[in-house]
Amino acid sequence: MGIKNMKEADFQDNATLETFKHTGGNVLLTTIDDVIDWGRSNSVWPLTFATSCCGIEMMATGASRHDFARFGIEVYRASPRQADVIVVAGTIVNKMAPVLKRLYDQMSEPKFVIAMGACAVSGGPFYYNCYHVVRGVDHVIPVDVYIPGCPPRPEALLYGVMQLQRKIKLATIADVKRIQK
Amino acid sequence: MDQDKLKERITSLVPEAEFEENKQFLTAVIPAGKLHTVAKNLKDAEDTAFDYLFCLTGVDMTKCLMVVYHLNSTKHEHSIVLKVKTEDRVNPIFDTVCDIWRTAEFHEREVYDLLGICFNNHPDLRRIFLDENWKGYPLRKDYKDEVNIVEL
Repeated sequence: MGIKNMKEADFQDNATLETFKHTGGNVLLTTIDDVIDWGRSNSVWPLTFATSCCGIEMMATGASRHDFARFGIEVYRASPRQADVIVVAGTIVNKMAPVLKRLYDQMSEPKFVIAMGACAVSGGPFYYNCYHVVRGVDHVIPVDVYIPGCPPRPEALLYGVMQLQRKIKLATIADVKRIQK
Repeated sequence: MDQDKLKERITSLVPEAEFEENKQFLTAVIPAGKLHTVAKNLKDAEDTAFDYLFCLTGVDMTKCLMVVYHLNSTKHEHSIVLKVKTEDRVNPIFDTVCDIWRTAEFHEREVYDLLGICFNNHPDLRRIFLDENWKGYPLRKDYKDEVNIVEL
């Protein structure tokens, strides 16, 4: 499979890109990429950030029954400087938006965002007749993975995390734009 | 004190007081002007001793604006609800009770923030949840915001 045969839509599709990576490309670069991405995707450190009930589900996901440390998304970091991913778990009100933006800016590259739950995806139950809620966290920061649900079950968060890891595995050091975002 | 005795006490303090029936607590609607003296009296009197204001709420009843005080006595374990109303929607104002119960200070700021009800002699009456430069009071029934609110 060559890059010339790929349609534009294929670049949006993780599965196609994975096939492409496994079948072609620069040997040296892809080997280095594989090592780096293997490391990055299996040591994703989330930021301790939860604004409402989704946070409880996130804690449940981190606790012993579901234990997402099994998948390499590990210790919660209390400082954005040490975190790789921010799981936006809960409603973001207008007054919280600048705080969230600052936390995101303080994280070091490469950084990722998971929008967890209806509120973070679109404003959820606060979409209509509300004066104070940001309608979707993607108005404030760029989002990598959306997890619907109100709140999502821990399994859903695990699935979202695995999608994020899949996405991290596609990153290449040749793609400077991706890294600088 | 049981409810009947509390009712008598309120009537002797404010003869104009009206009582609402079939409520969980004894509920008295009293004139706004007498609120502070009644509240002070209810706290200081030995046999009522309402030392705990467990809820202070602002309500927009469309016709009038209202503030509701839920009082409890930790000594006698009885409760009462006081209500004050005003029809003035432009400049509604009541006396503060935060010199009697300190907890009222933040509650009154909340009521001011969301409903625009002012309180006389409040030490620090400014917005508590919303931005300092927010226009309008979002919990008013006639609050309109074309930009931020998506109507359903």
